[in-house]
Amino acid sequence: MLRPARRTALFCLVLLVLLLLGCARLQVLQANSLDDNPANRRQTIARYSRPRGNILVDGNTVTGSRATTGQLKYERTYTDGPLWSPVTGYASQAYGTGLLEGVEDDVLAGTDPRLSRSSLWAELTRKQNPGGNVFTAINGKAQRAAYQALGGKKGAVAAIDPRNGHILALVTSPSYDPGRFAGTDSASEQAWKALNADPAKPMLNRAIRETYPPGSTFKIVTAVAALQSGVVTDIDAATDTPDPYTLPGTSTKLTNEAGGCKNASLRVALEKSCNTVFAHLAVDVGQSRMRETANAFGFNDAALDMPVRVAQSLYPKVDYPSQVALSGIGQGSDTATPLQMAMVAAAVADGGNLERPQLLDKLATSDGRTVSSTSASTYHQVMDSSTASEMQSMMQDVVNSGTGTNAQISGAVVGGKTGTAQHGENNVATPYAWFVSYAKPSAGAESPVAVAVIVEDGSANRADISGGGLAAPVAKAVMEAVLNG
Amino acid sequence: MATTPGAPRSRRIVELFLLLFAVGIAAFGYIQIGTNRDGSPPPDTVRNVVGLGVLALIAHGFVWWRARYADPLLLPAAVLLNGLGLVLIARLDLETPSSQAAGTQMLWSALGVLFFIVVVVFLKDYRHLQRYTYIFAVLAILLLVLPMFFPATYGARIWVRLGPLSFQPGEFTKILLTVFFSGYLATRAHTLTLTGKKIWRFQFPSARVLAPILLIWLVSVLVLVAETDLGMSLLFFGVFIVLLYVATGRGSWFAITLGLAAVGAVAVGWLEPHVHSRVEDWLHPLASIEQGLGANQLAQSMFAFAAGGMLGTGLGLGHSILIGFAAKSDFILATAGEELGLTGLTALFLVYTVVVSRGYRAAVAVRDPFGTLLAIGLASLLAIQVFVVAGGVTDLIPLTGMTMPFLAQGGSSVVTNWIIIALLVKLTDHARGPEAPMVPLGPLGPLEPMVPPAKGPKGPKESKEPKRRGRRAKSEPEPEPERKEAD
Repeated sequence: MLRPARRTALFCLVLLVLLLLGCARLQVLQANSLDDNPANRRQTIARYSRPRGNILVDGNTVTGSRATTGQLKYERTYTDGPLWSPVTGYASQAYGTGLLEGVEDDVLAGTDPRLSRSSLWAELTRKQNPGGNVFTAINGKAQRAAYQALGGKKGAVAAIDPRNGHILALVTSPSYDPGRFAGTDSASEQAWKALNADPAKPMLNRAIRETYPPGSTFKIVTAVAALQSGVVTDIDAATDTPDPYTLPGTSTKLTNEAGGCKNASLRVALEKSCNTVFAHLAVDVGQSRMRETANAFGFNDAALDMPVRVAQSLYPKVDYPSQVALSGIGQGSDTATPLQMAMVAAAVADGGNLERPQLLDKLATSDGRTVSSTSASTYHQVMDSSTASEMQSMMQDVVNSGTGTNAQISGAVVGGKTGTAQHGENNVATPYAWFVSYAKPSAGAESPVAVAVIVEDGSANRADISGGGLAAPVAKAVMEAVLNG
Repeated sequence: MATTPGAPRSRRIVELFLLLFAVGIAAFGYIQIGTNRDGSPPPDTVRNVVGLGVLALIAHGFVWWRARYADPLLLPAAVLLNGLGLVLIARLDLETPSSQAAGTQMLWSALGVLFFIVVVVFLKDYRHLQRYTYIFAVLAILLLVLPMFFPATYGARIWVRLGPLSFQPGEFTKILLTVFFSGYLATRAHTLTLTGKKIWRFQFPSARVLAPILLIWLVSVLVLVAETDLGMSLLFFGVFIVLLYVATGRGSWFAITLGLAAVGAVAVGWLEPHVHSRVEDWLHPLASIEQGLGANQLAQSMFAFAAGGMLGTGLGLGHSILIGFAAKSDFILATAGEELGLTGLTALFLVYTVVVSRGYRAAVAVRDPFGTLLAIGLASLLAIQVFVVAGGVTDLIPLTGMTMPFLAQGGSSVVTNWIIIALLVKLTDHARGPEAPMVPLGPLGPLEPMVPPAKGPKGPKESKEPKRRGRRAKSEPEPEPERKEAD
């Protein structure tokens, strides 16, 4: 009996080892994935167990926390929610987090290890840090100016400081108040459902999460590609372009809105927004060089985080030269977010150097210790400085005497480009009005602001819809706010 | 006490210190809950700590009186586990103000200790149990059938309700059946192994011998399947094959039975809807989340363990209450896992291991087949139950509704476990004491049931003699083959 007895004892030992391995599997190996499971309420409970850290603009908080009763102890509040929600996103007890509230959740919730001075001690004592604060790079005046200038029209504004990539304004319209569904009550549920069902999509952040055909604003990219590739060596020399221009390999004739585009120089073509010249140039530059330039501006980047993820703008590979021609004037399959087009203006304004866009200024503990500050970093050197100054000269002409005169600011130097993007089946839908620009306090100064505006307003008179008419005044308001700030 | 070298030592002082240590750990548990929550220990902390201490000391006193040479680790381990259970239940009571369980559990613990004392005092010799082998079998069957006449609760027909009281007869049945298996197999071990046909390489026992035990076992399992008490079926089955193997020493039988059991388990898992869903949950514990139905109990339990990590959140700071129903009973280990971490769980399992290993030590030391089988049966009962429950809530094996010994809320369970500890105390008292085994045993032990030796004053010295003789007697036959060859 003793030998079987020893063996059954060994069997019990095996059971013990199995149990310990089973526990280690859950508590060590799979712990992180189980902790992160969306059905696991612990993260939500922890997130709302103390007042959440705040998001600040110009040093002023635009969020808050309110004590409640129940399992989740604190609820998020927002001041002026519709104005700031494209920046803050939302933190809802029932529906999770979005945008900055989501990306910087660890800091705001106080769980980020950087918030504790000595992480080992914090681990041992399990002392929880109060939520940290997130300082944005947003310029409050520019944000308000953009929001007011849009005036409730459907559209979006993105503004960047070309010198360091700081995002100065991020506006979408119509917007929403994230405070309406911050809790778990039925009012929150109704608000959430209503906002999601709204055909105007108020919760869509059009500035970074919606892509539009860039239209004529894309001619900036085509011009840069033509200059950088040597297809155009003199911006004032005539180009060999017929009007109308027959798309290669087809019988489709491309025309212009304005006259005087036949053999127009690059400067004149940009000023008058000649479709024929830029379509022809795109074909001459060729698809691969066009794509190279577009990629340098940020097109086709599927992982552009600032730190919130920006939707991918596309300059896709196409099969026929006719499509290359169309893509050169921002039609065809090109799409761009407003932030992407602001980056295009910023690269021109900063001498060809494109800084990585950055929404954050710094992260700090609740008592003000900075745990992380963002420094400017170059995204790409898109063009050399001579090309940049040629581009500036041409874009300033657009504002001084071309399609963008509505963006003129007295006493400042403004360069820009209008766009009217056709879309929909056979381009019958109301076109989108674009304006992309930058401003400098004086000719020799560095530019502190580059901006992209899109207005997609179905209620406007179709004849009035043009980049210069609808979008340029909004861009002007934003640039003025920054220059006068 | 231990003046003569080599004389048995009672080690009761060791037990006393360990008991104080065990009660102290429980007290620290209450204090930690308090400091982690709102700065004050949960209500009735003083009552619970003092209550546990008094129970421990009373039990200790009776052990000193009636089982002086009992293993000094058994009682402290039981008090520690019971105390930790009370701490965990009191902690979970904080989350359910409308349903308080700690007070009732304290009363059941007291009742458990009372039964412990009754066994320690009135069961003069565990070998007396062997006289009632068949009575225990009949009692076991009766208790198993009883809940069939009462309404089902939560899908399982395992409860007997008498007014406000309710208990699970199956809990007591496991002791009765273990005693029956041990008693029956102790006397029939040789018949089982030596008679019967040999087919190919396997010797099969004769039907006449095996039939009664198989019948009893089959009835118990059938009743349990009818009552859908899976955990208990698994437990009975496990103890049965362990004892069969130990009694006969036939590894092949062990393998065959295990194979048959596997086939049976697969069949039941496939056909029986209740069991089938448990198997599905085991294979895909997070499936309900993917279907948008939220986390089920098992997933919540896994979340709790994961949240604990290596060190745990600390008592009072976890959210295992999200498990909902049965958080204090079947799933109580999840609270330990979340708030004490892998470190705490390992310590907890080691306390169970101490009890089990002491049972095995007694099994080897008692040297009468019934005692050996009983000790192994009781120790395996505990070991398998811990494995089935802990494995179930950690998704290691399919979940079966059973209680973690001593930890979980549940009166029948606590009382039964105290009786198991009492029996082990008696077994170890016998194994280690001056009345220790005198009968020399062959590898298989005697064929006839042992009758307790006549009581008489025996000094420690006397008891040593038979032991030596026993050893000599055992080693004597060894030269025999040589002599045979010489012939």
